[in-house]
Amino acid sequence: MSTHDLDRRGFLRGSSAAALGLGMAPMLGSGAMAQPAPQRGGSVRIGHSGGATSDTMDPATYAAGPLVLAMLGGVCNNLVEIDETGAVKPELAESIEPSEDTRTWTVRLRDVTFSNGKPLTAADVIASFNHHRGDGTTSGAKDLLTDVTEIRAEGERTVVFELASGNADFPFVAADYHLVIMPANGDGGLDWQSGIGTGGYTLEEHEPGVRIRLARREDYWKENRAWFDEVTLLTINDPTARQNALVTGEVDIINGVPTSTVHLLERRPGIDIVEVTGSAHYPFPMHCDAAPFDDVNVRLALKHAINREELVEKVLRGHGVVGNDQPIGPAYRFHDASLEQRSYDPDRARHHLREAGLDSLDVTLSTSSAAFSGAVDASVLFQQSAAEAGINLNVQTEPADGYWSNVWLKDPFCAGYWNGRPTEDWMFSMVYAQGANWNETHWQNDRFNTLLREARVELDESKRAAMYAEMQQLCRDDGGAIIPMFANFIDGKAERIQHGTLASNRFLDGWKAIERWWVAA
Amino acid sequence: MRMHPLLTMTLQRLGFGLLTLFAITLLIFFAIELLPGDLAQEVLGQSATPETVAAFRERLGLDQPPVQRYLAWLGGIAQGDLGTSLANGREIAGLLGARLGNTLFLAAYAAAIAVPLALVLGLLAALYRGSWFDRTVNVATLSSISFPEYFVAYILMLLLSVKWGLFPSIADIGPDAGLGTMLYRTFLPALTLVLVVTAHMMRMTRAAIINLLAQPYIEMARLKGASPMRVILRHALPNALAPIINVVALNLAYLVTGVVIVEVVFVYPGLGQLMVDSVTTRDIPLVQACCLVFAGIYILLNLCADLLAIATNPRLMSRR
Repeated sequence: MSTHDLDRRGFLRGSSAAALGLGMAPMLGSGAMAQPAPQRGGSVRIGHSGGATSDTMDPATYAAGPLVLAMLGGVCNNLVEIDETGAVKPELAESIEPSEDTRTWTVRLRDVTFSNGKPLTAADVIASFNHHRGDGTTSGAKDLLTDVTEIRAEGERTVVFELASGNADFPFVAADYHLVIMPANGDGGLDWQSGIGTGGYTLEEHEPGVRIRLARREDYWKENRAWFDEVTLLTINDPTARQNALVTGEVDIINGVPTSTVHLLERRPGIDIVEVTGSAHYPFPMHCDAAPFDDVNVRLALKHAINREELVEKVLRGHGVVGNDQPIGPAYRFHDASLEQRSYDPDRARHHLREAGLDSLDVTLSTSSAAFSGAVDASVLFQQSAAEAGINLNVQTEPADGYWSNVWLKDPFCAGYWNGRPTEDWMFSMVYAQGANWNETHWQNDRFNTLLREARVELDESKRAAMYAEMQQLCRDDGGAIIPMFANFIDGKAERIQHGTLASNRFLDGWKAIERWWVAA
Repeated sequence: MRMHPLLTMTLQRLGFGLLTLFAITLLIFFAIELLPGDLAQEVLGQSATPETVAAFRERLGLDQPPVQRYLAWLGGIAQGDLGTSLANGREIAGLLGARLGNTLFLAAYAAAIAVPLALVLGLLAALYRGSWFDRTVNVATLSSISFPEYFVAYILMLLLSVKWGLFPSIADIGPDAGLGTMLYRTFLPALTLVLVVTAHMMRMTRAAIINLLAQPYIEMARLKGASPMRVILRHALPNALAPIINVVALNLAYLVTGVVIVEVVFVYPGLGQLMVDSVTTRDIPLVQACCLVFAGIYILLNLCADLLAIATNPRLMSRR
């Protein structure tokens, strides 16, 4: 059976289609059409990493794991969703319309009900957003919504969002996994405790860190979604146990197949590898305001001293593509493919060191397996390739526990991780803009910041493309992040589970597998 | 009158046990305080901002000084209230209950196989010491204890589950599985634990008995014409019970408290996983509760072992 070949190539093609633009999508959809039409019925068991006994239903604390997969793609809907082409599609919103200056967005809500029979109203949407705003919130999405100054209801089924400054990409924000719509609790707060949503499934059982069980809702409002009758999500954090569970038929779908064993799993009959080139990347951020990284020549020397091809080959084992020191990879709409690819060049690196007035360079790189899988190996390979250029890289391995709170953002040069974001503006504003909380490079580039503000409100696609291209170039040549590689999202599934064109924004079809995949006849 | 010293000792030991528990709570609490980061930072992870961390701390009372938080927790415990988990707000008693049941089930399952197996193998090895049987048993058990647990677990999984399909690779026992299903689904983790703990108990049994076989009274029994089996069962074993019981108790305690790797590999929802998760998120009340349970089990098992060792060996009683 050649479905597997079809999968990999078809989907890699599909994901580049997302980068080319939305117009191409219908043409490339034909690859998926070859498969039998989706059908209802059957149950599925998913083995997923990232679950913990401390998991809670509170969307403010959501992080990658089985709970988010269940809530985002099963129990709840958002105002909009990101479809398989990477475009925004109305979900609970019937329409979402910007004002001329993109500062006011008017959302008309669909006439749907929660699983307990309560109709969806503007108050629920407002509560779901306000849960992540204001002084008292503990939400990981707080930063996303700092620009939102007011959310008000106009009648039962219309919500108006007022932004402090224009944002042509605001609908993408509403698709964020924290911003699932749950019912209001009556006193202005959000009722997340009962786990009720408007999605295709109801939450039947949740034992944190162990098991989540969902059952299909008969009256789901979407026509061609939510095919499984029953879904069980098991937390399986150990990658070997996860693969064995798939091989022995204990589960039908697993996320995060390690690149070191994917070729073995591939050979196994009855099992398909699901792989897409996504936006996830492994950066090495340098603090641009700390010596010696405050000299752009030092940054350029280090950028030329890393062997990208070798990292893709040895750390990702070919399951990824080289990066170009800017975060907008090939999966993005406005990825600039014409930007020259930087490659390993020890002589160039030496040249830049001389420009900086240095003969050799001693720097410490903090790394940890917590940053990304293979981070320590990648750092040591970097050390070797940098030595050729007269750079002495002292690799310091930090404990995985507490890495994100104690090392990342604090050490001037370390290994990091980004899953990527749906839009260029989002990625740049979150990590590269001046004053951003997660500006891990402390980079401040006036031209970049001006372009970022202008591109955000620009509705003309070609102008936007040009602006984002220039920003990618600024990031590559002046920015503080070395971005050597983009990693593929690799999942595994049993042959009996089918899917259409895959979204490239996350693992498991953009975390929507529960709603989009089905059991073959 | 005869039970009296035993009873006094039991009460004394229980008293000391309580003191030990108190000392443990102090140690654990301040050890976790020393760990970098707190619950707010760990839960928010990479997406933490100073404001959200501050709001989180304020809501959970993490901005209070540690001593004050410890005293508040101690006050609750004194009234039998384990409190709620900081991370997900659930009742700790409920969280612990189900998982403690799972842990005890797996430990009992493994012990039910391992303890008789180890005793029988140990006795036979002592009886036929120096023989091929003795050497084979020694090599086999020592090999299985020398491999790390996860390695044993993966090998068993590879052979019995992936290759031959005899047992499930994950021990996921739904909420209402029957005893038969539970025994079947948890066979591989139980077998892993059996392989890990058998060697220790078997070697101790063998050594304790061989040690006694050199004693004059055993020689006397032999000279009287008792069969080797009878010499060991009747004359040597009762006197060797004390060290054997102690080793068995230690291994039982290990089966309850030290199986987190087996739990992770076989996806078994036990206490170990709960404790590791709670340490990772710095969920202090939950860590404390887990530690109290673990420490309590250690103390009780040790007490039982000592009582049994004394009760089975009158010489220990008379010496006091």
